Amino acid sequence: MATPLDPHAAIVTEAGGAPDGKLTTADGQPLQKALARSSRAARRRAFFLVAPLLAFIVFTFVVPIGQLLYRSAHNDGFSANMPEISAWFAENPPGTTPDEAAFAALARDLLASAEERSIGTVGTRINYEVPGTRSLFTSTGRQVRRGIEPPYQQALLEIDEEWADAEIWAAMRGASTAYTDSFYLASVDRTRDIDGNITPVAEHRQVYVMLFLRTLWLSGLITALTFLLGFPVAHLLATLPMRKSNLLMILVLLPFWTSLLVRTSSWMVLLQQQGVVNDTLVWLGVIDSNGRLEMMYNQVGTIVAMTHILLPFMILPLYSVMRTINPAYVRAARSLGATSWTAFRRVYFPQTLPGLGAGALLVFILAVGYYITPALVGGSSGQLISNMIAEHMTGTLNWSMAAALAAILLAGVLILYWVYDRLVGIDNLKLG
Amino acid sequence: MALPSYASPLERLWHRSYLLLCALIFFFLIAPIVVIIPLSFNADRFFTFTQEMLSLDPEGYSLQWYDRLATFGMARPDAPRDAAWFADMWANSNWVNAAKNSLFVGVFSTILATVLGTLAALGLSRSEMPYRRLIMATLISPMIVPLIITATGLFFFYSSACVPQGSWMQDLFSPVLSNRGCLANTYLGVILAHATLGVPFVIITVTATLIGFDQSLNRAAASLGANPRTTFFRITMPLILPGVISGALFAFVTSFDEVVVVLFIAGPEQQTIPRQMWIGIREQISPAILAVATLLVGFSIALLTTVELLRRRSERIRGVTPG
Repeated sequence: MATPLDPHAAIVTEAGGAPDGKLTTADGQPLQKALARSSRAARRRAFFLVAPLLAFIVFTFVVPIGQLLYRSAHNDGFSANMPEISAWFAENPPGTTPDEAAFAALARDLLASAEERSIGTVGTRINYEVPGTRSLFTSTGRQVRRGIEPPYQQALLEIDEEWADAEIWAAMRGASTAYTDSFYLASVDRTRDIDGNITPVAEHRQVYVMLFLRTLWLSGLITALTFLLGFPVAHLLATLPMRKSNLLMILVLLPFWTSLLVRTSSWMVLLQQQGVVNDTLVWLGVIDSNGRLEMMYNQVGTIVAMTHILLPFMILPLYSVMRTINPAYVRAARSLGATSWTAFRRVYFPQTLPGLGAGALLVFILAVGYYITPALVGGSSGQLISNMIAEHMTGTLNWSMAAALAAILLAGVLILYWVYDRLVGIDNLKLG
Repeated sequence: MALPSYASPLERLWHRSYLLLCALIFFFLIAPIVVIIPLSFNADRFFTFTQEMLSLDPEGYSLQWYDRLATFGMARPDAPRDAAWFADMWANSNWVNAAKNSLFVGVFSTILATVLGTLAALGLSRSEMPYRRLIMATLISPMIVPLIITATGLFFFYSSACVPQGSWMQDLFSPVLSNRGCLANTYLGVILAHATLGVPFVIITVTATLIGFDQSLNRAAASLGANPRTTFFRITMPLILPGVISGALFAFVTSFDEVVVVLFIAGPEQQTIPRQMWIGIREQISPAILAVATLLVGFSIALLTTVELLRRRSERIRGVTPG
């Protein structure tokens, strides 16, 4: 006999008695609907738990990154302060020789801008495109304020010959709209010429492509080095008895937990010309005291220190995969006549690939974005693209350029992150 | 990995060299951390072992660099070391202030990251969670996106995230905002940024703990009449606590070791230990940096031990054998 206290019995009896043959709950609802409602409620409950953090991350992380991307394509330093000449550019196609109307518009804008004290901003914006032109704007602004007579073309050219320079006019055209691709073009060593075509910049100013390539190359090299050093160690840790391997694991985890700056400064101590490594080599007689090796403030410093810092990130995923590999497979291969090398190559190594993929992607992603270590031990040849972003943020103050470089780097990292999530699954990331 | 007794001499040789190679790699991993410890007691201004140090002559060792840490930035470092001297050190020493700031920022960002991150991990580990993968990827991304990009983005955001001057909001929030009503150069800004960076670590460790969590325990509690709140605090929380604590430690270390974001968004008020170290290394590296480094190594050994003990405890509770 079904009682209200026994829901299962209720479903059965109701189902038996239902006219259309559909299952219903004790209170007469169709079971399907009741299930949908309760799973909706469960979804809502799960989402409410995540919502506070999601809102927090959106506010403190996603929005700032979005703002950064916006700034990489938006700079109104010129267009907002020079409306008339910007309008002239909008009306005339690229390649038009500036006429008297253009110079008149320019002169009026320069006057207005100089009076509002925004001429420095305007000059800085053009200075990004044509280095050394900021003073052209400020000094012309001062002259214009003292009063100039039409014809303006002649008047401006009398103040400074440079106003006839087509390159400056091309740069002003590029800056005459707030939304611009010029920073992205500059990030790949390109610029727009007088006719609006995309051309490579002068050879001595091509740095960014080289820096991107160097970042990729050094990150790849560091990934390979961490693999070469990490593989034997992970293998040893995975095959030793638990007690011993736990003890040795401390040697991997201690560097992992030690401050980045501590490790970088100890490499500085080790690699200096008067440092421990050089002293030891001299003492051993490997090198002469006058022939001390330069291992710091160059690529060697960056490579050595970053390999050391990122090595645990390779060892830990490799170790956790190797732990699960059944040693019986290798023994079986050996018993079937494989040499130890063949058994390793055809049986053991393929099983470590998931760990290798996880470790390599993680190390590469982290290496591509490294800033602190190259800045301290890299010298000029060991700098990565991050250092250029920092240089534009704090040195040249070309923030749009920093944002454009950051956006390109971000795109690369996000692609790798997506691959990592596909191959490894972000839930499988383990720490320590 | 023991070698079988039938191994050929060549295999034995190979095995020996493999062990030697591993020993060398362990040396590479650990030597840079160990070498700075004796060097921080150097009596000279050098970064290398002097003759006196190598012959273990007490003359070669001194605590002067630790002393310099305490006195750097003090108004009267040479005064007799009485109560007034200690008060001066506590108030003015740059490194003491940096340590205070690091702890303050670290503690609050850890609390924020741990509370929000644990809640989110609980939600994410439910099978009903919609868009699980996407949301997880978003929440982990602060760990993956290069710090320089995060720092740049936060720099723009914090200098524009301001309350209107003279509004009620300024009256309300002025204690935690800068003079101009912005997030830039404030403790709050640094705490929020560090909490963001710490969140992925909390999520990862707590989610890992929850994978081994037996949901039937919750159902058992519910069937015995416990409401969800009681179930959480009496059943779930004690079981996942080791994971939560080790996530919190990760978040704390992240904050304690973070320098890039602080360099961009913090003002001189928010000088932390890593930032002070960065300045010290950049300008003129002195053995005082090694003294700080030695103290930090001691600190990380303490943290490592704690995390390791927690991990074992967690495995014992869950009845999982290590490994």
